[in-house]
Amino acid sequence: MAKLLEVASEMEKKNSPKRVDGLSKIYGKALYVDDIPLNGVLHASTIRSSCAGGVVEELTFDPTFDWTPFVVVTAQDIPGLNAIKMLENDQPVLVDRVFRHAGEPLALLAHSDRGMLETALCHVHVRETPLAHPVFEIDEALHAEGTIIPDNVYTDYLLNKGDVEQAQKNAECFIEERLMTSSQEQLYIEPQGMIAVFQEDGVLRIEGSMQCPYYVLDALEQCTGLDKDKLRVVQSTTGGAFGGKEDYPSMIACHAALLALKAGGLPVKLIYERGEDLRVTPKRHPSRSLVRLGANREGELQFIDMDFAIDGGAYRTLSPVVLSRGVIHAPGPYRCANIRVRGRAVATNHPPFGAFRGFGAPQSIFALEVAMDRLAAKLNMDPAELRRKNLLHRGDVSPTGDLVGEDCFAQEILEAALIASHYEERRDAFRHWNAAQHNTLRGIGLATFAHGAGFTGNGELYLASRVFLQAHADGQVEILCSNTEMGQGAATTLVQIAADALQLPMEQVHLAQTDTARVPNSGPTVASRTCMVVGDLIEKAAQCLLQKLRAEGGLSQTFTSAEFSAVCFRMQESGKDLLVTASYQPPVDMLWDEKSFTGRAYSSYAWAAYIAEVEVDKLTLETRVLNFTAAQEIGHAVHPQIVQGQIEGGVVQGIGYALYENVLWNQFGVMANDRLTNYIIPTTADIGPLQVVLMEKGLGAGPKGAKGVGELPMDGPAPAIVNAIQQALKIDVAQIPAMPELLLDLSRAQRGSQCQ
Amino acid sequence: MAEWLRPRHMNEALRLLAELPADHHQIISGGTDVMVAQQLRAPRDIAVWLDLSAIPELKMVEVTAEGIRIGAGVTLSVLRRHPEVQKHWPMLAASAAVTGAAPIQNRATLGGNLCNASPAADNAPVLLAYGARLEIAGPNGTRFLPYDQFHLGYRQTALAAHELLQAIHVPYLPGGSRAYYRKVGTRAAQAIAKVGIAAWIHFDAGQGIIAARFGLASVAATPCLLPRVSHYLEGNNLKHVCEFTIREKVSSDIKPVDDIRSTAEYRLEVASRLVWEAIHDAH
Amino acid sequence: MSVKMQINGQEVQVQAPPASRLLDVLRGELGLKGAKEGCGEGECGACAVLVNGQVVNSCLIPLGQMDGAKIVTIEGVPGDSPLLQSFHDCAAAQCGICTPGMILAATALLAEHPQPTMDEIRWGLSGNLCRCTGYGRIYEAVTQASTGDAHG
Ligand SMILES: Cc1cc2nc3c(=O)[nH]c(=O)nc-3n(C[C@@H](O)[C@@H](O)[C@H](O)COP(=O)(O)OP(=O)(O)OC[C@H]3O[C@@H](n4cnc5c(N)ncnc54)[C@H](O)[C@@H]3O)c2cc1C
Ligand code: FES
Ligand code: FES
Repeated sequence: MAKLLEVASEMEKKNSPKRVDGLSKIYGKALYVDDIPLNGVLHASTIRSSCAGGVVEELTFDPTFDWTPFVVVTAQDIPGLNAIKMLENDQPVLVDRVFRHAGEPLALLAHSDRGMLETALCHVHVRETPLAHPVFEIDEALHAEGTIIPDNVYTDYLLNKGDVEQAQKNAECFIEERLMTSSQEQLYIEPQGMIAVFQEDGVLRIEGSMQCPYYVLDALEQCTGLDKDKLRVVQSTTGGAFGGKEDYPSMIACHAALLALKAGGLPVKLIYERGEDLRVTPKRHPSRSLVRLGANREGELQFIDMDFAIDGGAYRTLSPVVLSRGVIHAPGPYRCANIRVRGRAVATNHPPFGAFRGFGAPQSIFALEVAMDRLAAKLNMDPAELRRKNLLHRGDVSPTGDLVGEDCFAQEILEAALIASHYEERRDAFRHWNAAQHNTLRGIGLATFAHGAGFTGNGELYLASRVFLQAHADGQVEILCSNTEMGQGAATTLVQIAADALQLPMEQVHLAQTDTARVPNSGPTVASRTCMVVGDLIEKAAQCLLQKLRAEGGLSQTFTSAEFSAVCFRMQESGKDLLVTASYQPPVDMLWDEKSFTGRAYSSYAWAAYIAEVEVDKLTLETRVLNFTAAQEIGHAVHPQIVQGQIEGGVVQGIGYALYENVLWNQFGVMANDRLTNYIIPTTADIGPLQVVLMEKGLGAGPKGAKGVGELPMDGPAPAIVNAIQQALKIDVAQIPAMPELLLDLSRAQRGSQCQ
Repeated sequence: MAEWLRPRHMNEALRLLAELPADHHQIISGGTDVMVAQQLRAPRDIAVWLDLSAIPELKMVEVTAEGIRIGAGVTLSVLRRHPEVQKHWPMLAASAAVTGAAPIQNRATLGGNLCNASPAADNAPVLLAYGARLEIAGPNGTRFLPYDQFHLGYRQTALAAHELLQAIHVPYLPGGSRAYYRKVGTRAAQAIAKVGIAAWIHFDAGQGIIAARFGLASVAATPCLLPRVSHYLEGNNLKHVCEFTIREKVSSDIKPVDDIRSTAEYRLEVASRLVWEAIHDAH
Repeated sequence: MSVKMQINGQEVQVQAPPASRLLDVLRGELGLKGAKEGCGEGECGACAVLVNGQVVNSCLIPLGQMDGAKIVTIEGVPGDSPLLQSFHDCAAAQCGICTPGMILAATALLAEHPQPTMDEIRWGLSGNLCRCTGYGRIYEAVTQASTGDAHG
């Protein structure tokens, strides 16, 4: 094990400068939203619906209680539009009458004393008429009579290539599976929160934990009716997000802002305690997939047919985009002439589901990769061999019908993973282990996949991201963009990219605080796009800046940091502007048709093969991950240490997803295990050192060929682990998390069927 | 503002306790249960706190001729590291080491774990299996109670209103004793038990079973023994013990339920399997 | 209630209700914001501090019990602690919200096991959740701090 660590640190030392945000966090000095000093602050609380949809008949504030020292906000107090700005204006900021799920905000309260706030909450009475038949399951919603929206389907997509019906007739081997994934909570350790305060100049300043300041700004504009120049959104140090702080911060920000509008100039602080955060903020979409795969006797895929449905919850929010990524990733990195993926985002009475690392891809990749192992079993072929036969080669046609160019490493990465994990050796050793009398059974499982980075299709085009670089007279350069550091290392990586391109030491380059009063909109910090797309813009801006300094300030071709500073000083003195801009230009070959799901979905894919070795206790059916190998081709690792941290973090979230992260629902469709004592994520005791293999052969769209890596590691662990468990126990596992209770049922059923 | 009483002696604590209003006080030791309840369940109005954490007598571990006397205020990290405990009562060192994690073990006390009376208490099965006795102090002096008579019902104990748990006595075990401990939780550390089992089996020179005690957690309203299993085993020979009968006895001894952590079915099945394993693998 | 404690080497006297959580006293009255609240129920370790040398969760400690206690928060970890350096070298702080608690737990771990095995590290830190790192960088940082084997 020590060996492994040494190898890892050797690898990552290379080109890995210290994190720019490291020391302030290590010394405990970084200010998260709850740490920001405030004078005369009002604490806020949210009054919520309790039924799974229905009508608020009456919202009464006990007339015998003294409400004068409280700030109270209801739907009537909203100056602008009562809707959270998202893809569609369907979700209210505060419920007026009709609501769709339990836990919807009805009213807001603020007071300087937390205790008083608690007391006051007991004096608010809500009378609801509940919805007669709320729905919580995907298939139930699809067939329900009463509907939340027409047909209960937010979005219905079809990816259709070749002729599945025809191929089915010719397939020599055929499987059909139904696979389910449950919801997953992001569980950033810092709960969500926002502060709203009016500045002296009348601008309403919102500060808090978030991924996407411009989403928040847009939402505030719509809900408060204030002009954008009267609004300012600032990101505080963010204690993890993983997608969970993509859309919901807009809701909290609007609430804090509405209170601040009535608070007579006092700052309002709205911080969720953990239970509230768990109950109401969006989580990963549950999914149900019907997968049919056909192959010829040699194991070559003849068709892939998937009916993929995700539970979107009670409002549309981000579901269509999550669905589209899920659909595009559903056919995997395989060569197959006939593919049909139907994807639907379904309306239920759960709180809306949202973004979580992977964004739909982990769900559909789970379904496909588990199905691939079932097909291998049916063909009596090793799972690795089946993949070898089908993984894309350079020059193949991708599932969405475009040509896979030179940047395809599906085969190479599989071989690298097999070698690094000693796959065949382990597989054979496990066979012996299982034949002998041990207390455990062991298995090794595989998943191969690719993850597209950046917004899907033409998304980047619509975003039209911009970044600024601002050089100052003292030679310091500032990066201005709206992309946020939330732990993933963006601040360091972006500074490193700029410093590299400017040929300056990193100390001379800074990332400006994400403050909409200063930074341009470079798009949201999602979809593994920051390093690749925004990093590329920063690189371009840096070229631009150098050009400008050369042309207008006489900077020579090669220069020292002091010479650079001197030129900046001179130019500033002579009144020359030292700000440059770079804007997104789509690649010329980026053609994507959203209607038919054909063309080039992403500018680059990272390729991966993950291998899990597990051990299952024969008596208790508890599963332990013995070893985990995560191999990926990522073009170029800008900062290998940060990349490694991203991959390790994602894999461990994936291990939790596979084994025990289980969102349970109460009768109102709200998370029942709303405490950290019963929503279980891995601790150090569960996780040994992982083996991370980085391959840097391809050419991604980012700086020096970098590709996005943020979400990729979430895709592979669940199917790899489930495939390993299936091998160990010789049972079919059709859902995650693969809890011991489930495995016990399955293994007993299997034993029962053997007896007959 | 609530009053905070922090006696330095057991006598003082008992005197204070006797004078406290029945309903509006709270005894606190390490606070790891009390503080959670205070924050997450409906917080009660507490007028007076009786804090036992400054009483040296409650923090003592003494080895005696009969066994070990552990003060109710001894923390789980002291227990887990205690050389005598590790040597003679390894199951107790093991259960203390898997109760929560380090930051919990540094505060949580053995007495608190028992008095909190959760059916999932990790140290309870071990003390049941070892045949521990409780030393209970009250206004009229001290009484001893076999630990298996302590839990009366769900979160109900045999402590009277003005009594405190003073110490836990664990006896030395006769030669030929074997032990087995296992906790099954959702993850490896800091997990509430889905099933916890501790077994003590006393063999004769051969495979004859002289005595056997099984303590279980999370399979009934209280931590519990398996009297029918014990009865079946005692006087029996390992060679003649039948798995089917064990299952039958286990299922009549325990009353597992479905809850947020597991299912009744899983608990019953795993408890039966682990009892069977304990009988064969205890060492 | 008035309570005297030694915090980061300094004697302080705090006036607050006795059942106040140490976490709130540290963050509020004393302005030491390095301890974070992640759960408020002892599960996450983001609020961890050292009390008399032992790692504990400050969200579970009532002020009334702290009379005479010696408390160390992240603000009081000596600047030459090898853990501060190794966490930086190994990029072990990602979002950083777990980091202060993690460093204090590691401080207590290294005090007990100056050369911990991987198992000791894994058991010793199991009361501190980190959602970002997958723990790999943290294992490396603790290993580096214990061997003095700096790199980078
Ligand atoms: C994050 C976390 C994880 C945990 N994990 C586990 C686990 O894995 N397994 C497990 O078993 N437990 C677990 N627990 C609970 C465990 O910490 C407690 O049961 C602990 O042992 C209680 O001891 P305490 O000193 O903290 O008790 P306190 O909280 O101080 O008191 C608990 C109860 O006992 C009473 N009491 C305490 N001492 C006495 C006495 N001498 N006489 C009379 N009454 C008394 C109190 O009035 C109170 O009702 C966990 C708790 C937390 C917060
Ligand atoms: S906040 Fe104290 S342990 Fe989570
Ligand atoms: S670094 Fe984010 S939780 Fe640990």
